[in-house]
Amino acid sequence: MGAFLPSEEEWDFLWCDVSWLRENFDHTYMEEHVRICHFRNHYELSRKNYLVKNLKRFRKQLEREAGKLEAAKCDFFPKTFEMPSEYHLFVEEFRKKPGITWIMKPVGRSQGKGIFLFRKLKDIIDWKKDGVRTDEQKDETQIETYVAQQYIENPYLIGGRKFDLRVYVLVTSYIPLKAWLYRDGFARFSNTRFTLNSIDDHYVHLTNVAVQKTAPDYDPEKGCKWMIQQLRQYLTAKHGAGSVEVLFADMDNIFIKSLQSVQKVIISDKHCFELYGYDILIDRDLKPWLLEVNASPSLVASSQEDYELKCHLLKDTLHIVDMEGRLTGKEKRVGGFDLIWNDGPVSREGNLGAPVNGNFMANTHLGCYNDRKQQLKQLFRTLSAQQTA
Amino acid sequence: MLDPDSGLSLTIARIVRRLQGSSLHSQLERQARVSLHKPEIKLESLKEDIKDFLKTSGWEKKLQNAVYSELNVFPSPCHPAAPPEHMKEPLAYMRKAQGSWEKRILKSLNSMCTELSIPLAQKRPASEQKELLNKWNEMGTDEPDLSLFRPVYAPKDFLEVLMNLRNPNYENGEQPSFRNHLGLIQVPLKVKDIPELKEDFSELGLNTGQLGIDDSAQVPPEFFENEHVRVGQKVLAEQDSAAAQQYVRQGCPTALRADLWALILNISNQPEDILYYEQLKSNVIQYDLLVDSLIYKDVKLTASNDDYYFVFEDYLYQVLLCFSRDTSVLEHFTYSSATPPKSYIRGKLGIEEYAVFYPPNGVIPFHGFSMYVAPLCFLYHEPSKLYQIFREMYVRFFFRLHSISSHPSGIVSLCLLFETLLQTHLPQLFYHLREIGAQPLRISFKWMVRAFSGYLATDQLLLLWDRILGYNSLEILAVLAAAVFAFRAVNLMEVTSLAAAEAVLADLSTLKVMPLLQIFLFATVT
Repeated sequence: MGAFLPSEEEWDFLWCDVSWLRENFDHTYMEEHVRICHFRNHYELSRKNYLVKNLKRFRKQLEREAGKLEAAKCDFFPKTFEMPSEYHLFVEEFRKKPGITWIMKPVGRSQGKGIFLFRKLKDIIDWKKDGVRTDEQKDETQIETYVAQQYIENPYLIGGRKFDLRVYVLVTSYIPLKAWLYRDGFARFSNTRFTLNSIDDHYVHLTNVAVQKTAPDYDPEKGCKWMIQQLRQYLTAKHGAGSVEVLFADMDNIFIKSLQSVQKVIISDKHCFELYGYDILIDRDLKPWLLEVNASPSLVASSQEDYELKCHLLKDTLHIVDMEGRLTGKEKRVGGFDLIWNDGPVSREGNLGAPVNGNFMANTHLGCYNDRKQQLKQLFRTLSAQQTA
Repeated sequence: MLDPDSGLSLTIARIVRRLQGSSLHSQLERQARVSLHKPEIKLESLKEDIKDFLKTSGWEKKLQNAVYSELNVFPSPCHPAAPPEHMKEPLAYMRKAQGSWEKRILKSLNSMCTELSIPLAQKRPASEQKELLNKWNEMGTDEPDLSLFRPVYAPKDFLEVLMNLRNPNYENGEQPSFRNHLGLIQVPLKVKDIPELKEDFSELGLNTGQLGIDDSAQVPPEFFENEHVRVGQKVLAEQDSAAAQQYVRQGCPTALRADLWALILNISNQPEDILYYEQLKSNVIQYDLLVDSLIYKDVKLTASNDDYYFVFEDYLYQVLLCFSRDTSVLEHFTYSSATPPKSYIRGKLGIEEYAVFYPPNGVIPFHGFSMYVAPLCFLYHEPSKLYQIFREMYVRFFFRLHSISSHPSGIVSLCLLFETLLQTHLPQLFYHLREIGAQPLRISFKWMVRAFSGYLATDQLLLLWDRILGYNSLEILAVLAAAVFAFRAVNLMEVTSLAAAEAVLADLSTLKVMPLLQIFLFATVT
């Protein structure tokens, strides 16, 4: 975009990065129509330590209000402890389950940087609260906040390889909560075969493309991604349509519950919208786990197919943000996005807001056919006809 | 001409001969013996009662499936006085051409062997055996130096041979014109025209529901999809091969496809089949073959570089290395025009007692061979089952794509069918492409040789292979190739070079196979 300084120029729409936001949001005046691509305190969702806090709190609330069964629906996040502040709680849990593998992740970094696996307490001695370091030592070097998380030791493997899913969710408002799910996404494969023997081998365990890119046998021409449609087909052929529908419904649950857990803490602002990149891991029992939520998902393309996906994703995001004011607000689908939550679940059948008779089928189509071009054509034709009428 | 009765009795005799002594035979005997203990079996009506028992317990169905499988695989017998080579290939000039082609391939293989001073086969030292056994599930992590190996041949080499095929009894003194054939294949084989194809592929018609068309997002599932799935489940419950074959003509639901194909190919993954696979595996561990390196190279060059199949790299080695050593594959040479290459133990050249088939299964892999296996990895995950499915697909269909024969599903007929369809129904396009030096077959040949694997999106490929199984014929590959050209005709009319034509047809990954086939066969004005 060149040397464009948003704080100095006038703008109607800003796609900024989070550092700009942190420095400028609070003293930027935005007119009614202006839109910006982040919420002020998105880190409640995107920083791992805040996410786990919010989820834990939400779970307790659900248990109080709706009982244990409903609260159990929040059990999609592996046991996580903030380090060093929850070191002792972590040790308690660690001792309860000897021999399992844990993963340490820095809360603020991305692209797989700084992550490592461990099985022994001595590997994380630096995070021991009130450790042997003197006060001077502590003042000199700030220990970065990490989270220690239970490592999922039985990931679903395809061709002996581990993979995780990147799914896109667009939130246009938190109060009330309005969220859209994109039909396309991809599965990112590790280039090497999965084994628990080599926990030092980052290339085996971390599936971020950024890490895989540095692996010795990485071939950029190869690409280690599948579109979610392929994955859905593969799983259906292997496990049948019923199990796969349950899996995808469980993923919908992850998106909704995670957003609900931060609903009350996110500073709601009608100028804000946010496109999240959810990282999901499926285990061998076909249970999905939430690894993390990215508020600035990478839009760099690794292949032609990837490029098209991301272009279409952005285009459809802009359609929903609707600077031009073309939408009525009653749409359930725009391009590749399906409305999955509108202050309540959204049904496939019927119009938005109308009561649903018969079985409720969620309006989600992750991994389904994405005929966005056709849909957009039809949508805008109908809209312009309505306007002229 | 053979009269129908003696033809039938010959067929019956052949099938009985083949099934006798098979494991199914011994299982049936065992079941019959066991049934003697049952109260409903009475001595007075022993034969009838046992027959009824076999029917109700599902064993008769298994026998039916086995017979059906034999009928599908083996061609109908020709005249009792015809020599065995006629079952392989009735036309003498084709046999001769196949023989010369094989000599060329073998020469190429032997010279590579001599150049690199690598024996065709050798026993592995114990340490190497142990290492391979440990790495069996991740052979793809191996990075052997394959730079000196080259594929024995590529599809385009094969095309050159086919282009030069001539029937010595056929004199075509005329100048090439619209009256005769303008394409690359110049042999007078009989191929079907669109009216005949419409009849053969009647289930693909506009009034019949299809998966690949009538299961699209816009069509409510009540119209076709739900009922089709229900019928599919019923077919699987009945375990009827013939019904399954008829059913898949309209496409397989994703969740049922693996079982339906196994039913049609009559693969049940019995303990003895698993044992056989394990024996092949131990053979791989113990002996190293030169063709193994060719297989490695092929997988690395093709499947590993595919956006979707790269994940299955390890499975491909597990299947193909075992395949090379499987002598049961030699059986298919009785009805294939090809003959397995022979090699001699060192120092005993020419002495028949020391002749062995090389590789043991008689099939020398060429560039792209691993793509026959890759799509199957989407459906089968258990190595021995994946192996058996692939082997059966090979001995029923794929072998015809790289051997010279007059069979209607052989590659020569497919090429001629493709060219004839194109010349008859899109003459302007054909002429234009020919004028600019872009003979259509030069582009579509590689699609057909690989049965479109690696060119179409996986779900579309599987829908196509559903129909190959359903119709027990590869002709649909030629029809699809012509349909693709018809679809891109407008763009192709504007190109002025072979390279530009290749570019227009470079990416087939967005094509929807079934609508293309339907339009070409049923909606084009003939």
